Amino acid sequence: MSAVHPTERPTPSDEAAKPAGFIGLQPNLNAGSGFWTLFCKEMLRFWKVAFQTIAAPVVTALLYLLIFVHVLEGRVTVYDSVSYTVFLIPGLMMMSMLQNAFANSSSSLMQSRVTGNLVFVLLPPLTHWEFFWAYVLAAIARAICVGLGIFAVSLFFAEPRLAEPWWILVFGVLGSGIMGVLGVIAGIWAEKFDQMAAFQNFLIMPATFLSGVFYSVHSLPPFWQAVSHWNPIFYTIDGFRYGFFGVADVSPWHSLAVVAGTFLLVASFALRLLSTGYKLRY
Amino acid sequence: MSPAVRIEHVSKIYPKQTSLWRRMGADAPVEGFQALNDVNLEIQPGEFFGLLGPNGAGKTSLIAILAGLSRPTTGRVSVCGYDVQAQFRAARRALGVVPQELVFDPFFTVRETLRIQSGYFGLRKNDDWIDEILENLGLTSKADENMRALSGGMKRRVLVAQALVHRPPVIVLDEPTAGVDVDLRRTLWQFISRLNQMGHTILLTTHYLEEAEELCGRIAMLKAGRIVALDTTRALLAKVGGSRLVLHMGASGWPQGKSRVLDERLVDYQQRRAVLRLENSTELESLLAQVRTAGGVIEGIEVLPADLEDAFLNIMHGASATTALEKAA
Repeated sequence: MSAVHPTERPTPSDEAAKPAGFIGLQPNLNAGSGFWTLFCKEMLRFWKVAFQTIAAPVVTALLYLLIFVHVLEGRVTVYDSVSYTVFLIPGLMMMSMLQNAFANSSSSLMQSRVTGNLVFVLLPPLTHWEFFWAYVLAAIARAICVGLGIFAVSLFFAEPRLAEPWWILVFGVLGSGIMGVLGVIAGIWAEKFDQMAAFQNFLIMPATFLSGVFYSVHSLPPFWQAVSHWNPIFYTIDGFRYGFFGVADVSPWHSLAVVAGTFLLVASFALRLLSTGYKLRY
Repeated sequence: MSPAVRIEHVSKIYPKQTSLWRRMGADAPVEGFQALNDVNLEIQPGEFFGLLGPNGAGKTSLIAILAGLSRPTTGRVSVCGYDVQAQFRAARRALGVVPQELVFDPFFTVRETLRIQSGYFGLRKNDDWIDEILENLGLTSKADENMRALSGGMKRRVLVAQALVHRPPVIVLDEPTAGVDVDLRRTLWQFISRLNQMGHTILLTTHYLEEAEELCGRIAMLKAGRIVALDTTRALLAKVGGSRLVLHMGASGWPQGKSRVLDERLVDYQQRRAVLRLENSTELESLLAQVRTAGGVIEGIEVLPADLEDAFLNIMHGASATTALEKAA
């Protein structure tokens, strides 16, 4: 080890050797927020593996389209003047967006916790609000990328209908937001990949598959119609579909109230977990 | 001027289990494992301070509380006068922590990692300083390599770089040289000493006591969550006093319990190597004679100046032969 003398005070030559940009020995309280960097990092994280995070779900949705359209086109009537293929496209878009929004925040947090590198996010002066919005907005961004990808490939199957585009945007963002928040909750709660898989396979997957992606709930028996109306994911897909066709199983305002309420509920829960440091700051 | 670090009556009890509802209610745990017990400590600006203790003594718990990674059960901690809970944004801007575990984000290159870490602190145009750190830590040639491709030593350097990226006044190094080569140690200590000479406060935990002895102006020793020694390095060495007589014993080992004087002088005994406290050189003959009289066979002799390891062993285990022999057994 080199000989060093920590009690020595700096000499003029030491002063001259100060690193470029040295700002003194007080914390830099004027520096901005770290939110934008955390958001960009989360974006970059999925963008760097875009084949896995964007292309793969688009291909999966394409396979669903090929199979369901081949089997059911002309045999199932949903709304008047809406073919089954055209009906299916928004549902598939939304289902993939929801699943990928969840996957983005949950896998990022889970991997960071398991590998231990979450410490680099916990050490900086980020508030729980900044932490929350960075993860949730990145999840929404990935969902939108996936949604646009599926919309692009769907153009080979049917002519697009965009009756009320603002509703598409509102339900796309809010629905992905709910799943992004649930991903944050799962990422904080799960301590093992097994627990994460349970959250995903026994809660997220059934909720998305049984929400009217492949059918109108009006075609279900009364009991299952009632069950579907207790599933908030049904309202995200129904409202999203309303944006495409101008018709849906329930009023878009009713759907908006349920979806916005659900978002606020899960967001409040996630924010409370983050502010108390549950499983993050022991 | 505020102390660089102030720790007041800090205790930490890890609850037996992390209950969701308990944490949602943010109740303080009342039972569990007590990692820290009423710790009080002040570190002045510009100090190079050592925090020593055996595994499980509470060093990492104390650093975790300082860094906001853990919350004290009771007590208060501030960095540069900013409370780590109530004024956490300012406190965290004042602190750079090199974690003990070798952790990294496999998605990014070294430069991306440092830019991201800098951005977390709100510093988005920080490339001059990042280049300076890369150069000082011998990382310039690795700047555009993915973190996965680096050796363990190089990853350790990046951890240090990440802690320094926002130019914190207080730098905490939690065993930064564990498992790294001599070259990195030299490079790292030269850079850290230079930062200390500029006025940065350094808090170091290490198991390499020679590092602490050479670098630290003041040292605290933790044992079972309590501070059991807190003084300047020079004063701690002076308390140990004199020199050390090292006897390499024959197959019959140390003559345990045969002489009260020898038992009192015994500091450590491991693998037939007995370390005795030697007050002055005139005692040498007398101690050797007593060992022979007690039936001990001496195969080799060394006389060494007292070092921090002796002080550490004295404080952690006491100087009694019983403790040392029990430990050796």
